Amino acid sequence: MEKLVSLIPVFPLVGFLYIIFLGKGLSKNTIGAIGSGAIFLAFITSILVFTTQLHGANPTIVKVIDWITTPKFDIDISFIVDPLSTIYLLFITGVGFLIHVYSIGYMHEDEGFNRFIAYLNLFVFFMLILVLGDSYAMMFVGWEGVGVCSFMLIGFWYKDMANNDAAKKAFIINRIGDLGLILGMCMIFFHTGTLRYDDLFISESAASGLHGWDLHLAAIFLFIGAMGKSAQIPLHTWLPDAMAGPTPVSALIHAATMVTAGIYMVARSSAIFSASDVASDVVMWAGILTAILGATIALTQNDIKKVLAYSTVSQLGLMFTALGMGAYSIAVFHVITHAFFKALLFLGSGSVIHAMGGEQDIRRMGGLKSHLPITHITFLIGTIAISGIPPLAGFFSKDQIIAVAFEENMIMFVLASVVSALTAFYMFRLYFLTFRGSFRGTHEQEHHLHESPKVMTIPLIVLAVLSIFGGFMGFPHAVGHAMHVPHWLDHFLENTVEMEVLDMSVGTESILMILATVIALISMYIAYTKYMKNGELALEDDEITSSTHQTLASKYYIDELYEKIIRRPVDAIAQFARNVVEPKIIDELVKQVSLIPSGLGSVAKAAQNGKLVMYVLAMIAGLIILLSTLI
Amino acid sequence: MLTIALIAVPLLMSGLIFVLGQKLARQLALLAGILQLALTVFAAIQLKYGNTSILTFQQNWIGPLGIQYHFSLDGLSIILALLTAISAPLIVYSTFNRTFKSPHVFYGLIWLMIGSMMGAFAAGDAFIFYLFYEIALIPIYFLILIWGSGDDRPKVTMKFFVYTMFGSLFMLASLLYVYAHTSPKTFGFEAMYQAGQSLSVLEQGLVFAGIFIAFAVKMPVFPFHTWQPSTYKAAPTAGTMLLAAIMLKMATFGLIRLVLPMVPDGLAEYGNWALVISVIGIVYASLLAMAQKQFKLLIAYSSVAHVGLISAGILSTNAEAIQGGLFEMLSHGILAIGLFFVYDIIETRLGHDQMDKMGGIRAVNPTFAFLYFIIVMGSVALPFTSGFVGEFLLLLGLSQYSLWLTIFGGLTVVLGAVYMLRSFQMMMLGPENTNTSGFTALTRQEKILLSIVVILVVGLGIFPHPIMDLSNKAVETLLANIR
Amino acid sequence: MELLPNVTMNHYLLVSVILFVIGVAGILFRRNAIIMFMCVELMLNAVNITLVAFSKVWGQSDAQVFVFFIMVVAAAEVAVGLAILMMLYRNMHTTSTDVLDKLKW
Repeated sequence: MEKLVSLIPVFPLVGFLYIIFLGKGLSKNTIGAIGSGAIFLAFITSILVFTTQLHGANPTIVKVIDWITTPKFDIDISFIVDPLSTIYLLFITGVGFLIHVYSIGYMHEDEGFNRFIAYLNLFVFFMLILVLGDSYAMMFVGWEGVGVCSFMLIGFWYKDMANNDAAKKAFIINRIGDLGLILGMCMIFFHTGTLRYDDLFISESAASGLHGWDLHLAAIFLFIGAMGKSAQIPLHTWLPDAMAGPTPVSALIHAATMVTAGIYMVARSSAIFSASDVASDVVMWAGILTAILGATIALTQNDIKKVLAYSTVSQLGLMFTALGMGAYSIAVFHVITHAFFKALLFLGSGSVIHAMGGEQDIRRMGGLKSHLPITHITFLIGTIAISGIPPLAGFFSKDQIIAVAFEENMIMFVLASVVSALTAFYMFRLYFLTFRGSFRGTHEQEHHLHESPKVMTIPLIVLAVLSIFGGFMGFPHAVGHAMHVPHWLDHFLENTVEMEVLDMSVGTESILMILATVIALISMYIAYTKYMKNGELALEDDEITSSTHQTLASKYYIDELYEKIIRRPVDAIAQFARNVVEPKIIDELVKQVSLIPSGLGSVAKAAQNGKLVMYVLAMIAGLIILLSTLI
Repeated sequence: MLTIALIAVPLLMSGLIFVLGQKLARQLALLAGILQLALTVFAAIQLKYGNTSILTFQQNWIGPLGIQYHFSLDGLSIILALLTAISAPLIVYSTFNRTFKSPHVFYGLIWLMIGSMMGAFAAGDAFIFYLFYEIALIPIYFLILIWGSGDDRPKVTMKFFVYTMFGSLFMLASLLYVYAHTSPKTFGFEAMYQAGQSLSVLEQGLVFAGIFIAFAVKMPVFPFHTWQPSTYKAAPTAGTMLLAAIMLKMATFGLIRLVLPMVPDGLAEYGNWALVISVIGIVYASLLAMAQKQFKLLIAYSSVAHVGLISAGILSTNAEAIQGGLFEMLSHGILAIGLFFVYDIIETRLGHDQMDKMGGIRAVNPTFAFLYFIIVMGSVALPFTSGFVGEFLLLLGLSQYSLWLTIFGGLTVVLGAVYMLRSFQMMMLGPENTNTSGFTALTRQEKILLSIVVILVVGLGIFPHPIMDLSNKAVETLLANIR
Repeated sequence: MELLPNVTMNHYLLVSVILFVIGVAGILFRRNAIIMFMCVELMLNAVNITLVAFSKVWGQSDAQVFVFFIMVVAAAEVAVGLAILMMLYRNMHTTSTDVLDKLKW
């Protein structure tokens, strides 16, 4: 059964190739069916593979072909089947499939429809390689692959230069992270001689060959890779800009796939990270700072997708906080629930944008509840789920992160609670401004309002159901124990990642749960009073009143800062190198050297004056001297 | 004997083209390319099955000085022979969209050059290596001088010729010094390795410096690179391809052939400076590439950056980096042909290569943009393209030498993406505009050539294994001889 | 030597030296290219005389073969050289080597 795993990435790859090379004459529905069918097949196969892992089978490695060979070190194209990879498989293909189906409806009118579906397939292909690869090198293949696919998808509407800039920014910032990952791999390879998980963690545990600062440095380099891909401070700036792509892309990149790669990598390397307290602290602090930054910026954004984008940044921050505290399985848990509700929210926002004829500004929306009933209900479910209100999915995973923080580090506990309060606030702000109150857009837009077609709403409904029930795969330990509900996910992952065993009483855990719920509800109420009760208050956000507000609305000026301290200096150095160093210094030196022979020559050439007599005289003189020395 | 055929075919075909020339020149040239490719693949198969006896040829030439006609193809040189054989027909075919004055001379010179480069790759004797290394300069000199562009090309070619010739003198001195220590006197590689290794560490360091300067000029490595952009710019596209795809590989290959086994201790003790300048070159050339407005110059500088990594990697003397270096040479050759052909396509249509005066080509000609995109991806070393295999192994190898150098060298990952994507964006993306609206569809020849390049880039990226297997054992032996 | 018993080897050499020196002096002191050309021929013939003389003394014919070669080459040289001078004169209206000094560097 495990052998089937090598088929999983093949489906989307074939889908991509088929659509690109043979898809020209086919109708859009056929293309859509091929594209989503490929992912569906991958999903079915993933379930089959997943079932082999349900009862604690050993990790299996399935080799496909030889790839890179050197005398002592080989990299194969081969896949690893273990709980961590299979659970990722499930939600990548599952959520990916729903997004594909949704895209058929969303992109139906676009002239680049074929291209779009093909790119999505390729994206899923690389994401599958990423999680299935049996070594860091194979993971890197997928790692870079999703980077390039995100470049193609973010810049999908390539005639608009702003999109291309966003795409390029995403790719280049990702590349900075990739460099970190390469260096991490270099260090691991240097100290252990291998990059395969099997040798490093499973059968050999060669990873213990890393010690001291080598270990810390290797882990930090790996984390830099994760920063790039999962948009952590200071490499987070690409993600909000990446909203330039079509909305299904945002859903795919932000929810189910690309950004979760960083979490996957850290969880996969849990043996390295848990051995390095320094790196773990770095991860934790970077995570919590990102979480706060994302949440505060999200408060002030008026673009429906930007709010969700910063919310993603913030949620990813929380996941990294969990990773930094050693709660690897809980981070993975939050990745999964987040995949459900964030995909739901993005697709819901896509449905809204679709109905509004491309409008993304929530100040021009409002009152969409009656026009888009299904979108409204599902969006509300997503909002409740992300806000952490029981018993929806987000509650369980987020609450466990906060619980771990409570045990591990009080500062983290306070900050994480603040983040979750802010989350509830800005999400309900978004919800109220979009769906409640009265419509604030133009008359024409109002006339155009309509619910999306079934092909778009059905994925929403499925995701809404998952967002409601998804949390039960990880029922809280202590309370669950009392209620005889096991923490299924922890059991499932316990042999794959390092485990954080929480020693918490039922009482403490219950109090924490209640506290978290209360915080979320209070935030929700504040949002309600602010944006719902006095209906037109939304427009207040138009005017920027305080400097804090200004800072937040400008995203802490980080983009401007990078522009000033990195981009412009690098460009200036490059120009300087081109205009001064190259011609005036290096080439000038070469010229000076070349002057030496000609300088000597100009001295000697005085003898060659063209007077025949002089030559003859010199010849005879030479002859006489020669003869006289001989005699 | 087979090896001799690999050198003789280009040289004889070159003569044939000179003589029969005029009308049949390009057909004959392409035929020669296909013949060469077939022979090389045959040789590779022979090597794979251990049939090495027909791959070596040894005959006395200048007896008293111990100079022999000694050619042999082993696991190292076969990679370069494959590179030559793959590049040759592609380069010839890339010229089919243009007509040249005196085509028989043009194609004759191209094949003369290919033959001499093949001679250098297959040399089994340092004297032969040096001889062919230098002969290759003559045809390319005339190719640029006669068929190049720009009024300053006599000056440019003179600079190129004298600069590389000057660098080679240091190598000659080093080789003669080692030769003086062989007994009986011979230029054969094996004896030269022994003689070199028996020198004192300081002597080895000096010999290394001499050889490295010659190669540093040829590759070129910072700060010896200033001849290169102007030469690439002046040369006809086919000439640029010859230079970038094959000729500079003589130097990178020379590092493996002459430097590593001959002066290992000197390299380890006194060779740091060479790695450092190679790595500086990576960053410096990448920055320069970022600042270019002209596409051809951008490719030229990106080539300097890539070669810097190859050089640094190989000098770090470990199996991963040498394997990576060999594969990167192959990959870089193919990508260089692809990139310069893209330049050629743009230049023939727009008459210039100013990137800021383009944009929107993708909207007009999506096929071209797609093919170029894959070449760009190969050039930025995306996994599953040929560029990745080499670059990854090189960085992995370099990191065993020094983590700091790897961090700086690794900047090529980021900066390469910056300038390549910038070029892609400036030329291809954006709305249709008047600059490029007349960008006509690709001709059949252009499509075929770009497709071959793209297939090779992706194919070698996914299946590098057969090629890497060829060199695996040879790399192992090489390193075993050093330690 | 039998023909002129009083003439010894030294006499031949003396004549040869005199001729040679006249040739050298001519080249050194005259400016007319034709005269200089003739002087070169004088020097060549001086050498020829020594060669023939030595051949006679040693009784071997090798040197006489040389002489034939020299004579043939000299003839060819004259043909080419005079042609060059003719052209020079047509273009420059002089054969003075003081004026003809452009062929340098």
